[in-house]
Amino acid sequence: MSERVKIAVRGMKKSFGPKLVLDGIDLDVREGESLVVIGGSGTGKSVTVKCLMGLMEPDAGSVKIDGAETIGLGAGARFELMRKFGMLFQGAALFDSLPVWENVAFGLIQGRGMARRQAKAIALQKLGAVGLGPEVGELSPAELSGGMQKRVALARAIAAEPEIIIFDEPTTGLDPIMADVINELIVKITHELGVTAISITHDMASTRKIADHVAMIYKGRIIWSGAADTIDRSGNPYVEQFIHGRAEGPIQMEIRAL
Amino acid sequence: MLDFLARIGHIFILFLQAAGRLALFAIIAISHCVRPPFYPRLIGRQMIDMGYYSLPVVGLTAIFTGMVLALQAHTGFSVGAESAVATIVVLSVTRELGPVIAGLMVAGRIGAAIAAEIGTMRVTDQIDALSTLSTNPYKYLVVPRLIAGTITLPLLVFVADIIGVFGGFVVATYKLGYNPGGFLGQTWDTLKTDDVVSGLVKSAVFGFIVALMGCYYGYHSKGGAQGVGAATTYAVVSASIMILLFDYLLTALFFSS
Repeated sequence: MSERVKIAVRGMKKSFGPKLVLDGIDLDVREGESLVVIGGSGTGKSVTVKCLMGLMEPDAGSVKIDGAETIGLGAGARFELMRKFGMLFQGAALFDSLPVWENVAFGLIQGRGMARRQAKAIALQKLGAVGLGPEVGELSPAELSGGMQKRVALARAIAAEPEIIIFDEPTTGLDPIMADVINELIVKITHELGVTAISITHDMASTRKIADHVAMIYKGRIIWSGAADTIDRSGNPYVEQFIHGRAEGPIQMEIRAL
Repeated sequence: MLDFLARIGHIFILFLQAAGRLALFAIIAISHCVRPPFYPRLIGRQMIDMGYYSLPVVGLTAIFTGMVLALQAHTGFSVGAESAVATIVVLSVTRELGPVIAGLMVAGRIGAAIAAEIGTMRVTDQIDALSTLSTNPYKYLVVPRLIAGTITLPLLVFVADIIGVFGGFVVATYKLGYNPGGFLGQTWDTLKTDDVVSGLVKSAVFGFIVALMGCYYGYHSKGGAQGVGAATTYAVVSASIMILLFDYLLTALFFSS
């Protein structure tokens, strides 16, 4: 991990109609660091990473990647910038019209114009890296279990060797063992490839395993951030409530009486 | 009263907004049609889907249209029937019914499929995934379908024209007892290049409309299965209406002078 700031987000705001989702997000991610953004459902985690990557246009604020402003880039420059990113989507988001290996090789073939044969060899190697044999490559994504789909999506995210990988709820919907397998893979990938990682999750076991740094988001703002090993002594009542999963505390769910 | 007017104004503004969004979508998509990278493999696959696999349904509708036209013309025009029947069949089919009926069938078959496929890709994040893999979804998903639709429907209509006239010929000669040679001669004399070409130009526009509406509603669908269902319905209904609207406008343009 270096001290160089890879991604700097300042004052990022986004609303959908009258609903304010991001209310001025400030975030620094250092190169080679694994940042985990925690927070409850509907607090703006997914919107934060989508705005950060440029899949959504924020209403206000600045996102600098390697020191260069990325808000307001034209379409061509935006797709060029996307080469720095890999993303693991919450629902895997595999292309169901293509076999598994072509999913993994997609960024190489379409994004970089690599020959199909060469891209297939790389794809099978990446599948091996996430513990899937070459026979899986010929299957269609619909034939795979949820855990396998996540692993294929992971292989696809790393295939083009991005500098920044975003993991959106990597363990949601998986059994605890498969969740741990995915966590191990994430740790291995980030350490081996030296990439900058941003994960969003509400799974504390996953957070403790993969995070160097943790930021907590609540009502569209970052309310706490610090090194992963300081999270148990944060002194922040919101963080305390979240990491211990208590219903009572400063964070109130809007639930009406039964 | 003021409330009522405000409501009308509101609906009108919503309509203009929708038209503007659609126009913007179309302009962006067309601008990507002429800029690399191109995906010829995808265009080819779409053309086979839209054209080849639509042949049975378009052929069937065309043959019955030709047959019913001959029957209607025969019972409707009792004097000088032979020449009238041939003329009515060939002009109606090439100028009007071939393009419109093929367009409507393709709107149901292809417009719905496009909206459902792209809509599902949207709600399962596959379109965002395309972007993260440095692939422009407009170029990869929308452009091949627009190009394939614009090229394929005229080819389909050309075949439908032939089948439709053949249907009319079969009914006129076997059922109504006309002289086959006379019917064909009359058909050949009546038919002008302009009739066929105007029909094919219309069908190119219809093919573009079907693909555009499918892509537009699919691309902007949201909210899971229900949203995809709604997108599919909107794509088919709006494509059908626009086909009939543009049919009138193009006919007025071609044959006004």
